[in-house]
Amino acid sequence: MINAVGREIPEEILEMTGKEVFHGNNYFDGYVFKKSGPSTKCVINSNGSKVIESIHEALIKCEIKDGMTLGFHHHFRDGDYIVNMVMKEVHKLGIKDITICASSLGKAHDPLVEYIEDGTITNIQSSGVRGRIGEAISKGKLKGLAIMRSHGGRVRAIETGEVHLDISFIGAPTCDDYGNCRGIGGKSNCGVLSYSMVDGDYADKVVAVTDCLVTFPNFPAHISMTKVDYVVVVDAIGDPEKIASGAAKPTKDMRKLMMADYCTRFVINTPYFKNGFSYQTGVGGASIASTISLAKIMKERGIRMRFGVGGLTKPMCDLLINDQVDALLDTQDFDLAAVESVKDLRHFRISAGQYASPFNKGALVNKLDFVILATLEVDVHFNCNVVVGSDGMITGAQGGHPDTAAGAKCTIVITPLLQGRIPAVCSEVTTVTTPGESVDVVITDYGIAINPLREDLITCMKDVDLPFKTIEELRDIAYGIAGEPQKVEFGERIVGIIESRDGTIMDVVRQIKPFTFSDSDKLR
Amino acid sequence: MEIMKPAVAGTLESCDCQVTVEPGDGEIDFTLKSSVMNQYGNQIRKVVLETLESLEIGSIKISIVDKGALDCTIKARVEGAVYRAVGQTQHLPWGGVIRP
Amino acid sequence: MNPDKKRLRRTMLFLNAQKPGLIKDPYIYAPDSLMLDLEDAVAENQKDTARFSLYHALKNIDYRGCERVVRINGLDTPFWQEDIRCAVAAGCDAIRIPKTESAGDVKRVEMAVTEAEREFSIPRGKVLIMAAIESARGVMRVMEICESSERLFGIALSGGDYTKDLHTHITGTGIELMGARQNMVIAARATGIQCFDTVYTDLDNMEGFRQDVETIHLMGFDGKSIINPRQINIVHEIFTPSEKEIVFSEKVIREVDRKRTEGIGVFTVDGKMIDIAFYDGAKRTIELAKASGVYKGDL
Repeated sequence: MINAVGREIPEEILEMTGKEVFHGNNYFDGYVFKKSGPSTKCVINSNGSKVIESIHEALIKCEIKDGMTLGFHHHFRDGDYIVNMVMKEVHKLGIKDITICASSLGKAHDPLVEYIEDGTITNIQSSGVRGRIGEAISKGKLKGLAIMRSHGGRVRAIETGEVHLDISFIGAPTCDDYGNCRGIGGKSNCGVLSYSMVDGDYADKVVAVTDCLVTFPNFPAHISMTKVDYVVVVDAIGDPEKIASGAAKPTKDMRKLMMADYCTRFVINTPYFKNGFSYQTGVGGASIASTISLAKIMKERGIRMRFGVGGLTKPMCDLLINDQVDALLDTQDFDLAAVESVKDLRHFRISAGQYASPFNKGALVNKLDFVILATLEVDVHFNCNVVVGSDGMITGAQGGHPDTAAGAKCTIVITPLLQGRIPAVCSEVTTVTTPGESVDVVITDYGIAINPLREDLITCMKDVDLPFKTIEELRDIAYGIAGEPQKVEFGERIVGIIESRDGTIMDVVRQIKPFTFSDSDKLR
Repeated sequence: MEIMKPAVAGTLESCDCQVTVEPGDGEIDFTLKSSVMNQYGNQIRKVVLETLESLEIGSIKISIVDKGALDCTIKARVEGAVYRAVGQTQHLPWGGVIRP
Repeated sequence: MNPDKKRLRRTMLFLNAQKPGLIKDPYIYAPDSLMLDLEDAVAENQKDTARFSLYHALKNIDYRGCERVVRINGLDTPFWQEDIRCAVAAGCDAIRIPKTESAGDVKRVEMAVTEAEREFSIPRGKVLIMAAIESARGVMRVMEICESSERLFGIALSGGDYTKDLHTHITGTGIELMGARQNMVIAARATGIQCFDTVYTDLDNMEGFRQDVETIHLMGFDGKSIINPRQINIVHEIFTPSEKEIVFSEKVIREVDRKRTEGIGVFTVDGKMIDIAFYDGAKRTIELAKASGVYKGDL
């Protein structure tokens, strides 16, 4: 069946998953459902401590068995030790058929490939995967279907009961003996624990894993003791170097600076750029440069931001330090400056649900004026792909991309027109992750295209001196330089689905097929 | 032209390619590793074969490691390696067998 | 005369002709000219392959209006003649001669260019020449160099080598370049060709760069060699006429045109004494304003 972004979703997949095809962003507006609560083992007659010996003991006490679903968060990013540590113990116990339901997985989790190959892990649900896991899935090594869902989508899937978390592990930079977890302090300081808050609320069993046990009460707790079954103390939950490093130096690459300049000039010419506007940006060089140049213009014109959302980095936190924004709403911290900023009273921690879930009574993304995003590919229908590489290999994550794009009044995607030889603006993205109806503007080093659906934006840019082009023109320039890329040939087997934030199917990902020359006999 | 000795041209930097040529066994022995194999593998091979044909080379071992080079770069590196292999650096046939 | 001889050349961006990543699309930064380098940027053992890279880039890449100048290797090397054959065959717009010290140097290059144009069936006189002055001797002979060839559109100072020859170094103050700059710009004006300043290499000191450009702009230079696209906008900004200059120039042109038909030679504009001598300058200002995209009038 063809969905609203023109992708053919095979019947067998609809049957297997019980899902519908994507019908458009607002298909579920007003939908009513009953939340699915966890079962809770009451602690009344306790000895005053939930600390147990090891991950192994936690697994035994949580009655781990074949086919269970385990939850993890990705606040430690490429420095995470928790997932590997837990899965190693699961593997030792000979448990099979585990579903990993993580807010994201990255290169840190390359060792899981072994467990995918031997059937310990048979399903993966994540915002995305990179590195060797991505390759393993693309090559068809995962027995089940990989489900890629956005940050908002994960919360929705858990709250509706589509996914039931049997055990969730929460890596906690600090924790007390009764399970009060904080993202702040310790040696693996990540600032916030936003993505695991839904795990605390909905998993049957919750295990806090820390490398910094502090005296009770670890208050104010980011995850409360009332939700935590066990506490395990280990030597290290992550590599601090890779969790949050020093702020990236502002880019000096003229290409990125030029795109940032286009972006800022676009932003300030929209009607949304006025006192009290709201803003979110990603962590790419051009996005960060945009924030820096926007801050300058805000100062010149005396314009103040009401709130900034993130995924935070130093330039966003500088807005707070320089008193150019009233509040920062934080789901994740990408550098030490952002981690440090969490202490500021105007810097608020929010849950992934508050941030982005489409299935609650209204999330923050709906209140955004601007979001500045990156992409791997964007096509002439403004559909974006942030998960599957142009070579067909799974190599990225949805993150909050589809959530913020759907919510924000003005969604801007920045990308160089060519990524190496690969045209980023193309006729049809390899895989759709964010629908074109969510994307308003594409900014490249070769020009800017406004989505024709946004006649209002086209009108207000009429007299603005920026290199406006149609999206088709941008594609034609790219193809003119690099040549039209050949379509990637996939195998038949579907190895993953791209879930829309509302749980419908946006696209499918097929098994990769080894490349062969089209007519090998031509060689003399 | 006849390839008499091995030669290399180009680098492994992004947007470049490294071409290695060696004397052949009477045929074109072509190998390619490319970061954009799926999208441009056939195109790269076409450009290389056309370039060799233009240079009238029918016997060569040619292997290419490509990092997303455009066609004009691939052509330049193939010719660069070939002319190194035959040891010619002056009075080159620009616009003759060396052509876009 | 080749009509391109007097084209606008505020910025000339240096690029290593051997680096595909650099030469694939520098036009997006919109410099007036591109300087594809076969000389210092290219290692001795890569001179041969750099030419193939240059040839196919010039033949295949649409540089979208940017002038394409090729810097050849020095006349004391075994490379320069083949460099010229390659560049001319590829259809370059101009050749830059490094280390020019005499009219004879320019003439040697001119002969090779003429021969290459004949060999590759390119209209005679299409390829222009510019001469880089990199030594005290070159500066002292700058007049004869300026007058050496009909193809010569301009001269450029190369400060690094020049200051070494002078037993000093680049200081950032411009003191060490004063004599060369003055001599060169005067000679260029005296002979009706263009004059370009040397590169500014401290990319972390954008303020110093700005001051440097302001200085050479006031001295009368036509443009500057640059080494990074980040420097382009600053140069263009400084070379862009102000609103006041544009309005005044418009008035001068209109008044001169009108008064000329009435047979009046001297008159006033905004209280200033004006005569025909202001006309060319005013025209230049309007052309510059048009090229900079700030002119909205109808002249």
